[in-house]
Amino acid sequence: MAAVAESVIKPASRFRFILDRRDVLGSVFVAPAILYVLLLVGLPFLMAVYYSVSAYTIYNPSWQFVGLENFQQIVQDPEFRRTLSNTFIFTFGSQALGLVLGKFGALVLLRPFPGRKLVRALIILPWAVPVALATVAWQWMFDSLYSVINWTLIALGFITRAQAPNWLGTTDLAMISVIVVNAWRFFPFAVVIFLAGITAVPQDVLDAATVDGAGFWRRNYQIIVPMILPIVAIGLIFGIVFTFTDLSIVFLMTQGGPIDATSVLGFKGFQTGIVSGDVSHGAAISLFMLPVLLVVVIFMLRFIRRREI
Amino acid sequence: MAAVSTRDIVKKFGDVPAVNGISLTVPDGEFMVLLGPSGCGKTTFLRIICGLERQTSGDLLIGDDVVNDIPPRARGVAMMFQSYGLYPHFTVRNNIAFPLKTQSVPGADIAKKVEWASQLLGIGHLLDRRPRQLSGGERQRVALARALVREPTALLLDEPLSNLDAKLRASARLEIKQFQQRVGITTVYVTHDQVEAMGMGDRIAVIDQGQVRQVGTPTEIYDDPADRFVATFVGTPPMNIVARNGGFLGFRPENFLPKEMIDDEPCTEFRFRVDRSEYLGSERIVYGVLDGFDPGQVITAKLPPAHVAEESIRPGEWHPFAVRNSALRHFDKDGKRAVRA
Repeated sequence: MAAVAESVIKPASRFRFILDRRDVLGSVFVAPAILYVLLLVGLPFLMAVYYSVSAYTIYNPSWQFVGLENFQQIVQDPEFRRTLSNTFIFTFGSQALGLVLGKFGALVLLRPFPGRKLVRALIILPWAVPVALATVAWQWMFDSLYSVINWTLIALGFITRAQAPNWLGTTDLAMISVIVVNAWRFFPFAVVIFLAGITAVPQDVLDAATVDGAGFWRRNYQIIVPMILPIVAIGLIFGIVFTFTDLSIVFLMTQGGPIDATSVLGFKGFQTGIVSGDVSHGAAISLFMLPVLLVVVIFMLRFIRRREI
Repeated sequence: MAAVSTRDIVKKFGDVPAVNGISLTVPDGEFMVLLGPSGCGKTTFLRIICGLERQTSGDLLIGDDVVNDIPPRARGVAMMFQSYGLYPHFTVRNNIAFPLKTQSVPGADIAKKVEWASQLLGIGHLLDRRPRQLSGGERQRVALARALVREPTALLLDEPLSNLDAKLRASARLEIKQFQQRVGITTVYVTHDQVEAMGMGDRIAVIDQGQVRQVGTPTEIYDDPADRFVATFVGTPPMNIVARNGGFLGFRPENFLPKEMIDDEPCTEFRFRVDRSEYLGSERIVYGVLDGFDPGQVITAKLPPAHVAEESIRPGEWHPFAVRNSALRHFDKDGKRAVRA
């Protein structure tokens, strides 16, 4: 007994239970994430801001401050203005198409039919396949000579060989093509979001709507869609952020062509800043993403806060 | 308003029958309670009446019309769901107005009817709130207002009180009953709670395994159960059933009394060994076994506490108990009610 009492009295080191304190342990756990964000997001961002107001190129790496000259130059460039509008068309076009496809996909997958589990697994494929692989496949489907789409249209008698569209060689068709590919990549995500949302709507509410006289369309657009809007909005916001900053599909399929018809901000910034070595103008181009992303992020944070209440 | 009746309704999910041939008529203006244990098919039956499920076979009539293939919105029945099914993104006003909007009722009429329904249920001050800002009792009234606003021919209620706390449930029970009497609407009310069934129903249909076991007034159901299931399902504690002469003998715990308390009428005597007794304030529940019957079967007696002094009923001792012959119920070997064994 005496021994036990003695060991209790023995004063513990000040730091012995330091990790039991929530504030200390929490900081320790959060530190890697904060370091990661500071080093790999914060620092490059600050460097981009500085590059954009300097005359830095890889041939003349001077840190000479030139003010907003780079911005003035690119805004006056019609190619850049086209890129800016392309980015909006690309982003919102593919999101809208992806959402519509996602809603339909979710409604189809909610109905029981033989092989539904297999289809549910397959529908994730566009999202899971590496973007480079998928894009190469699409490139062949849109090829001017070997396009399976054109081949089908000709075989079905809708068009003749001479009328076959050159998907990636015509300005409007090329934009439609990259939008379709991006929507195809985004739509499994939309399906999952819609499925999660729709299955979370209580059956009682749907039954009540049916008994209250609502048909299919009214049930969908006055009951289900408004109820799942917060979830869909979060999904859409993520989609916008990913698409607005994306360059992979454009880079792999069209290289921004023909004549800049599919050039988007990410691609243009990469071409100017990295490929051509004009780092300062490349940084200025990329920074044009900032206002849009800022607005989107503010929306996202407000949405999350509203859902918490 | 109209009568609702069914002819031999069967509903199978795969090979499993949920409703197994129910024929039931609810006359115009009656308050009919469907009472049964969970999983007995009562909710499925209600969903067939309102059209959310299609019966496998059988006919459903509302008024004089067979409505088997008429969609829910055209049947003119309203249903109130267990968790109310209020639209969370609408205000109370729009929740109540929704059934009218789907019928393309003109806006001015909608406002008038919403006003009428909300006054009827005393929720006029809640019209601009959303369902999540309401208490359980208020939600229930909104759901009732929404069900009534288009003046349905029949009102279907699926366990509407099960989400309320005990105190609120008692007052809501009274309110719904009074309300139904005032409006005079044909009502089918599903519950597993016999207190609700006994207290509210004009008539009760006791349902088990997809079949109606008995239809009758609360008195008939309680005093003259048609079979052993009804006898043991209704009543707390349930009726005591003992095997005798190849059949069964049933008696309610409150009719099973110490011999000295019965002196006016012919009665049947039992020797009763008390094992345990519970004092519940207004009554005393006594558990024990009967001499000469299955010693594993627990028999209950419900005694008025004032009559029996604490010391006269001692655990472990045999006491003379009896049941008035008029209170004995006889069942045949299949559990059906027999006239007299």
